[in-house]
Amino acid sequence: MFAAKRSRILEREDALAFWLLFPTLVLLTLFIAYPFVRGVWLSLTDATVGEAGHFIGLRNFQRIFDDSIFRTAALNTFVYTGVTTVFKLALGLWLALLLNRHFRGKSWVRAFILLPFIIPTVLSTLAWKWMFDPTFSVFNWLFWKLSIISSRINWLGDPDLAMTSISIVNIWRGVPFYAISLLAGLQTINPDLHEAAAIDGANRWHRFWYVTWPLLLPVTMVVVLFSVIQTFADFQLVYVLTGGGPANATQLFATYAYQIGIGTGLLSEGAAISLAMFPALLLVVVFQLWYIRRVENR
Amino acid sequence: MAQFKRRDFLKAGIAGILVARQAPVFAQQSQVHWIKWNDFVPASDELLRKSMLPEAMKALGIKINLETVNGNDLQPRVTAAIQSGSGPDVFMLFNNHPHIYGSSAVDVSDVASAIGKAQGGYYDVAKANTTEGRKTLSVPWAVIGAEIAYRKSWFDEIGYSKFPETWEQYHDAGKKLKAKGRPLGQTLGHTFGDAPTFSYPYLWSWGGKEVDEKGKVVLNSKETIESVKFMKTFWKDAFDEGGLAWDDTNNNRAFLSGTISATLNGASIYIETLRKPDQYKTEGGKPMKEDIRHSPLPKGPKGQFGFHLFQSHMVMSYSKNQKAAKEFLTWIHTPANYEKWFVSQKGYSTPPTAQWEKHKMWDEDPVMAPFKIAAKLGLSPGYAGPPNRKSAEVLTKYIITDMYAKAVQGMSAEEAVKWAAEEVGKVYAGS
Repeated sequence: MFAAKRSRILEREDALAFWLLFPTLVLLTLFIAYPFVRGVWLSLTDATVGEAGHFIGLRNFQRIFDDSIFRTAALNTFVYTGVTTVFKLALGLWLALLLNRHFRGKSWVRAFILLPFIIPTVLSTLAWKWMFDPTFSVFNWLFWKLSIISSRINWLGDPDLAMTSISIVNIWRGVPFYAISLLAGLQTINPDLHEAAAIDGANRWHRFWYVTWPLLLPVTMVVVLFSVIQTFADFQLVYVLTGGGPANATQLFATYAYQIGIGTGLLSEGAAISLAMFPALLLVVVFQLWYIRRVENR
Repeated sequence: MAQFKRRDFLKAGIAGILVARQAPVFAQQSQVHWIKWNDFVPASDELLRKSMLPEAMKALGIKINLETVNGNDLQPRVTAAIQSGSGPDVFMLFNNHPHIYGSSAVDVSDVASAIGKAQGGYYDVAKANTTEGRKTLSVPWAVIGAEIAYRKSWFDEIGYSKFPETWEQYHDAGKKLKAKGRPLGQTLGHTFGDAPTFSYPYLWSWGGKEVDEKGKVVLNSKETIESVKFMKTFWKDAFDEGGLAWDDTNNNRAFLSGTISATLNGASIYIETLRKPDQYKTEGGKPMKEDIRHSPLPKGPKGQFGFHLFQSHMVMSYSKNQKAAKEFLTWIHTPANYEKWFVSQKGYSTPPTAQWEKHKMWDEDPVMAPFKIAAKLGLSPGYAGPPNRKSAEVLTKYIITDMYAKAVQGMSAEEAVKWAAEEVGKVYAGS
């Protein structure tokens, strides 16, 4: 009788849905919602390491917006995310189109392309650090041997070059993710559509612009969405390469939040800096999800 | 006679434990978890693990678990431990960091004052970094002396058989050396050791200060601007410009590979050449160790200063083994025990009390002699103000170092000083 009752409960769709979603709900609450709410609370107090602090309203936010290093970090984060996303998308798409062709050793090449994405970020970044080393840079050595330069390039010491260098590493690491995801998208496009377009007299560019691109757009938007979120909150790469230096030229939201929260022990201000990322990311997510829905409903 | 069975024995035992609310003595051995940095002299960590800690465990009847981590990882670890209320019982901390974590520290006045009294008294730098009012936040451990390591023969070649005594002379020497492809090396990057140990004493030597004796921010001064102006040309003329991106290890590698002629550092460069005489050689094929000398930073218009990486040990208030932790710190600072560790450092570390200046180890190698009084001449960040967490905040934000970095990157001296003074002002104004 009990078993029959239980099976009846499970037959009700809403109850079944609840129980199926329950484990996910618990995980999301524990590891996403709770830390987020705690972060918000922390940012509204004057808590420091070892001291719980009192509610002080929005004073931490006032303080950080008045902080020139924070403003530098905010600008850097937008530039870093914007520039790298454009390059990652362009190079990733180009690579995906190349990999979508038939050639010998195709599967090997596809596997190797993923390597930068598979290697732990800290390890690959340490290798880049050596390549950009002010004294022992392999790039400088190569350019010097090829008589391209006569004095050393200060990859990580010059403020503009330092930003360029960290962007190069981010692009190198991010392109495979774009390439493989877009390749998956390309493979779902029915070849008949291309054939039909070709018969109608469309050239390569037309076929790409009027057939491939519109069909690839929803996948592209999802990939860009993920990538923007990850790049915006990037930490490891900058921490290993420059620590935010020289003179905060490569300081990002995450590295500055770490410096203030952990280095200086001002947990509440660190939390406020982390949360300052939230509105920008929320806007990006809302816009992109809205756009994807619009494209899908078309 | 009533029989006492094994089962009865167990019952009585468990009942006893429940009534007393503690495990029997033999199961109660205290465990002290000690976390410190990975020593730049690996032989010292080996000595601790292989012989000193087993001796301490035997002498004190406690278990000691030593964990070593990268210096930059100590702050994340202590923050996580304090916030979660669990973790190592004894933490090694750098510079004035004890002031950041003061509310989670056990007062160790009893341990520290006994050591200070017995060993000739603590140097000022040790007291400033570890005391807050009447509370002692941590037990001073050692000072990693920062001195300029330089290539004697290269300085001889340009006419400086005696190391430059003033910044002007050092500028002149550096200019000549850079012209020969042997620049001076110095980091102005975001790194915990070599960057502030240069920028702070450089500022002080010109008369610039973050705050005055009462804690009022006085950074934007004629003296500070002069120091920044001088640095702008000094950097361009004499330094390896890659230094803006260096961390604490880059200058070691650059010096050992012969690309720079001098750099402010702990004794690790010299000690490395002692360890591997066949690997590190001069361009003439001689062991490099024979061509290295040490000197304090040159004098400025307002004197000669030093800032050395300072280390101390904090007993954490969340620790359940506070008594054992204090006993252990007392044991390891007992001269007979501490001496073994100190000698293994070969002068890389200078003890925080005056008595050790007389130790015979300092006479063994004249190249290491300048490190003997490093701790005596050192000041702590935030000079001339009272030690507190504000100066620790300015230090961890790299504001003083960045002031010079901004200027050598092209910002005017006045602008760079104005920026730094505003940032320091905000730190000191904050609640």
